[in-house]
Amino acid sequence: MTRGAPALEIARKVRDGSVSAAEVVEESLAAIDAVDPEVHAFLIVLHDDARSAAADIDRAVAAGEDPGPLAGVPVAVKDNLCTRGVPTTCSSRILEGWRPPYDATVVERLRAAGAIVMGKTNLDEFAMGSSTENSAFGPTRNPHDLTRVPGGSSGGSAAAVAAGLVPLALGSDTGGSIRQPAALCGVVGMKPTYGTVSRYGLIAFASSLDQVGPLTTTVTDSAALFDAIGGQDLRDSTCLERPAPRSVSVLSDGVEGLRVGVLAELVDDVDPAVAGRVREAAEALAAAGAVVEECSVPELRHGLPAYYLLAPAEASSNLARYDGVRYGLRVEADTVEAMNAATRAAGFGAEVKRRIMLGTYALSAGYYDAYYGQAQKVRTLIVEALESAYRRFDALLGATTPTTAFAIGAKIDDPWAMYLSDVCTVPSNLAGHPAISVPFGADDDGLPVGVQVLAPALGEPVLFRVAAVLEDAAPVAAPPKVHAR
Amino acid sequence: MEERRLTRQDAAYVARLARIELTEEELDRYADQLATVLAHAAEIAALDTDGVVPTAHPLPLRNVTRPDEPRPSLDRDEVLSEAPAVEDRRFRVPRILGDVP
Repeated sequence: MTRGAPALEIARKVRDGSVSAAEVVEESLAAIDAVDPEVHAFLIVLHDDARSAAADIDRAVAAGEDPGPLAGVPVAVKDNLCTRGVPTTCSSRILEGWRPPYDATVVERLRAAGAIVMGKTNLDEFAMGSSTENSAFGPTRNPHDLTRVPGGSSGGSAAAVAAGLVPLALGSDTGGSIRQPAALCGVVGMKPTYGTVSRYGLIAFASSLDQVGPLTTTVTDSAALFDAIGGQDLRDSTCLERPAPRSVSVLSDGVEGLRVGVLAELVDDVDPAVAGRVREAAEALAAAGAVVEECSVPELRHGLPAYYLLAPAEASSNLARYDGVRYGLRVEADTVEAMNAATRAAGFGAEVKRRIMLGTYALSAGYYDAYYGQAQKVRTLIVEALESAYRRFDALLGATTPTTAFAIGAKIDDPWAMYLSDVCTVPSNLAGHPAISVPFGADDDGLPVGVQVLAPALGEPVLFRVAAVLEDAAPVAAPPKVHAR
Repeated sequence: MEERRLTRQDAAYVARLARIELTEEELDRYADQLATVLAHAAEIAALDTDGVVPTAHPLPLRNVTRPDEPRPSLDRDEVLSEAPAVEDRRFRVPRILGDVP
C-alpha cells in the first residue's frame, strides 16, 4: 500500500519494482472516486490517461530504463495550467470546454520526471480569490471541516493533497495562492523565486507576480517537486538563465547558526492562536541552533493596498485576450465591440469583473500616477526594506495567514475582508522572493495553522532547511476528518 | 488623497473601457466596492515617494533571443478547432468597419 505515503517513498518503490505504477494509480483513483464527491477538489479526473501513463512507467521499469525521479507518483494540476487536449478552464465559464493545443512547461517536466497527472483541480476563477468560492463550478471544501473553505486560489490542489488523494499537486501563487490554502488545509505550500519556474502554459493573471509551485504533505516532497519543475525555459523569457537552486540535497543540513528574524508585522496583526504557533516555531528554531531575533519591517503593511492595485491592473490587461474570437465562449452580437462586451459579461464571474474594473480604473487617464504609479513606487519601498532585512537575517518567520480556515460564505460579499486573507503573503510576490508555508499545529477548533518562512531571491536552500526543522518540531495535529485512509 | 465617491457614470465609463456589459445594478455595486478598495489605496497615496524608482517587475528584464531558425508552430487546425467561429481556415468575427447593417 502506498496511499498517504510521501511522493519520494512511492517513487523509490516504483523504481525498484516493489510496487507498480499501475497499483499506485488505481489507489489514487479509488481514493478520488470515494472522497472527492464530498471535497470537490477536482474539476476533471483523467482515469484513462493516468492508467495509460502508469503502464508506460511500468514498461520502462521492466525494460531497465530510468523512469524518472518521481516515477509513478500521482500529481494533481491546478486548472490554470495548460494540458494538451484536456479541458483547461481556470474555473471560468469563458474557457469552459477549451482544450489547449499545448502542455505547460511544468506539466511536460512532471511527465518527464515520471509523475502521473491524475486530473485538474478547482480554483478561484482565474486564480482571483482566497477561498475557491469564486469557481464557476462550485466551491472546494476543506477536508478538516467541510463547512469551511480550503483557502485559495489553489484550494483544489491543497484539498486534494490534504485529503490524501494525491501526494503532490501544482498550484500558482500571485499573492499567496499556494501558501494560504496550504496553511488552511494543513499541507506544505511553496512559492519559488520569481523566474525559477517557467510560466509557459500558466494562464496569466498578473505576470510580474505569478509563479508556479508545489503543494505536498512533506518538506522533502516540496523540494523534490520544486527541483523537478524548476530551471530555464526558452519559451518564458522571464525565466532565469542560471539553474534553479537544487534543494533536496540540503534538507538535513539543519539551522545551526542561521540568523532568523521573526517579523513583527506577520505576528502582531494576526489571530492570537496563529501568533502563538509562530512564537512556538521561533522557539523551535532557536532550540535547533538558529540565532532568532525579533525584527520589524513596517513597509510590509503597505503590501496589501499596493498589491490590490498592481495585480488587478496587470489582470485587466492580461484578461483582455478573452474577447470571444480565438477560443472559449462567444456571445454573438452585431459588432465586434458588442460581441466582446456581451461575451465578457456572460463569461466572467463577479470577482473577475471586479478586478478588471479596479485594474482598468487604476490604469485609466487621470488616475494612473495616483494609483498604479504610486503602487509601483511602494513596491520598490517594500523590496528595499526586505533586502535591508536580509542583510541582517538569512530567513524571516511569520504567519502565513491571519486566521485559520473560515466558513464558506463568511467573506464572499465583502471583497476587502476576503483580500485581507492575503496580508501575510503578498510581500514575497511583490519582491519576487521565495516563501513556504509549513503546517505547525492547530487552533482551539483543531483547524490547521501554517507558519511561513521567507527568504531572499534564490534562497530556496535556506528556505527548505528552515522548513525541514519546523516540520520535525511541529506539534502533532489531528488528521483531516475527510481522508482517503 | 480624499476618499473618492464613484458614481454609476464612473463605473459605466470603466466598464466600457474594459469591454464588459454591466447592468445598472452591477454598476452601482461595483462603484461602491471599487470605492472601498480605493479608500484602502489612500493608505499608500499619502506616502512620500519622491525620487523612488517604480518597480514594474521583480527581475531586471532583458531581451532573450534564440537563433532565427524555422521550427514548427502550433498546429493550425488544432488551434482553429477551438475557435468559436471559423471561415476559410481563419477566425471569423462580426463586422469591424462601417455601419451596422
